[in-house]
Amino acid sequence: MDAKTENQRGWLYVLPVVVLVACNAVIPLMAVVNYSVQETFGNNVFFFEGVKWFQQVLHSERFHAALLRQLAFTGIILVIEVPLGVAIALAMPRRGPWVSVCLVLMALPLLIPWNVVGAMWNIFALPDIGMLGRLLNGLGLNYNYTQQPFSAWATLIAMDVWHWTSLVVLLAYAGLSSIPDAYYQAAKIDGASSWAVFRYIQLPKMKRVLTIAVLLRFMDSFNIYTEPFVLTGGGPGNSTTLLSIDLVKIALGQFDLGPAAAMSIIYFLIILALSWIFYTVMTRGEGQS
Amino acid sequence: MRRALPTLYILFLMLPIYWLVTMSFKPTTEILGSFTLWPQAFTLENYAKIFTDPTWYNGYVNSLIYVVINTVISVVVALPAAYAFSRYRFLGDKHLFFWLLTNRMAPAAVFALPFFELYSAVGLFDTHIAVALAHCLFNIPLAVWILEGFMSSVPKQLDETAYLDGYSFWRFFLRIFVPTIAAGIGVAAFFCFMFSWVELLLAKTLTSVAAKPIAATMTRTASSSGYELGLLAAAGTLTFIPGAVVIYFVRNYIAKGFALGRV
Repeated sequence: MDAKTENQRGWLYVLPVVVLVACNAVIPLMAVVNYSVQETFGNNVFFFEGVKWFQQVLHSERFHAALLRQLAFTGIILVIEVPLGVAIALAMPRRGPWVSVCLVLMALPLLIPWNVVGAMWNIFALPDIGMLGRLLNGLGLNYNYTQQPFSAWATLIAMDVWHWTSLVVLLAYAGLSSIPDAYYQAAKIDGASSWAVFRYIQLPKMKRVLTIAVLLRFMDSFNIYTEPFVLTGGGPGNSTTLLSIDLVKIALGQFDLGPAAAMSIIYFLIILALSWIFYTVMTRGEGQS
Repeated sequence: MRRALPTLYILFLMLPIYWLVTMSFKPTTEILGSFTLWPQAFTLENYAKIFTDPTWYNGYVNSLIYVVINTVISVVVALPAAYAFSRYRFLGDKHLFFWLLTNRMAPAAVFALPFFELYSAVGLFDTHIAVALAHCLFNIPLAVWILEGFMSSVPKQLDETAYLDGYSFWRFFLRIFVPTIAAGIGVAAFFCFMFSWVELLLAKTLTSVAAKPIAATMTRTASSSGYELGLLAAAGTLTFIPGAVVIYFVRNYIAKGFALGRV
């Protein structure tokens, strides 16, 4: 790749993007910061409160529990979706008419509105009239996601795997299809095992797209709101109340703007910090190659 | 044997979709009364209701309007910006790029309430343009990210030759450069369409009647008039169609787009 030229005119070209995103991001974020340091008793009268809300949120059991559930959820779906997605991409045909069919069918879940995904699984898994619920109970399992926390979690994870594994498949498949045939032929001549082909040819080629897949899945699963809200509404009890659901409950349900805003900022900072780590790892890998 | 895993995976993907589609052809009594794998009393009533009731079909029209506006805005403003990021070094470019990406990470739940206040204050509440602009928050960074990857894979000699031939920047950009990266634009537009189409939280917060998206219409019907499952299933089935059409057209670019672009 050529070296870039030093040219301050670049600012002119990015200006529209900066203006649009800044209006959308900075102004609302400032409003959130504003709320997070103030107390109100109604009538639009606000008092400066400093870091009170931040301390309250950071010490609240409820926040810790929601954060823990969020980390567990994100961890579980990453551990399932990434290896599964890679395995499926490896087993997919490289060329021929089936490639298009596979890609279109696999991408379908990605294009369904999130609340439709939630509603669909909600009905699909109902123990009395849903196909999945009937099937599992018919196999002798005691399954009812509206009452048992374990069933609710299993359904939530199955739904996310159903919804998002295809993204990992598409990315991994794209990485694989950028490998020239000559590599495979060379490996065949050398008598390399299929594990060696995977470890030394396919995995390095997929490394960049996989980092991006992990990054995107991390960000989106950490922000997930609509699907679990429609599926379980955070229940039974609070067992599937993830961070976003808890935040909306506090902000729009109880209208506790101060704590909700403080929680928003802490939440955002956690995502930012973790994403920054991924981003640094990603760009460092690029620098080496 | 090798094909077993993708086949099983696709079966797993199709199962809930099959369930929803067959349900949309059943009358509500059949859905609630008995368990059938295939509609026994086949009916088109659910679809007829949606296509004749304006509160239903307007939801689809509203959603499509703001999704298209958003896709156009995102791609148009992202094009020159992505060019600048891929070709020039300027003050703070790396920081700016990362700042843009941070907006892709912002939880919609954090922004819902401030967005409502902001757009109410400027008098845009319940308009298509409000939702389109709000979705720019996460779609512009994504479009810039994808397009930058595509543009970086085009050799710089192309630009230099054109300038030597006396092309002005905009003439070169529109006549030569944009057609060269048409595939990238297709992929970027696809992702903008997709993320705007599936998002509900912001779209629902920023609208009440005039611009209400189909997904929000569905939630309201589900809660107010009891469990009209057949109707809900038909509405859900219809939301698959725009996505399926779009993905059919870009299917060949998707794999290529990922390989060339950064995403």
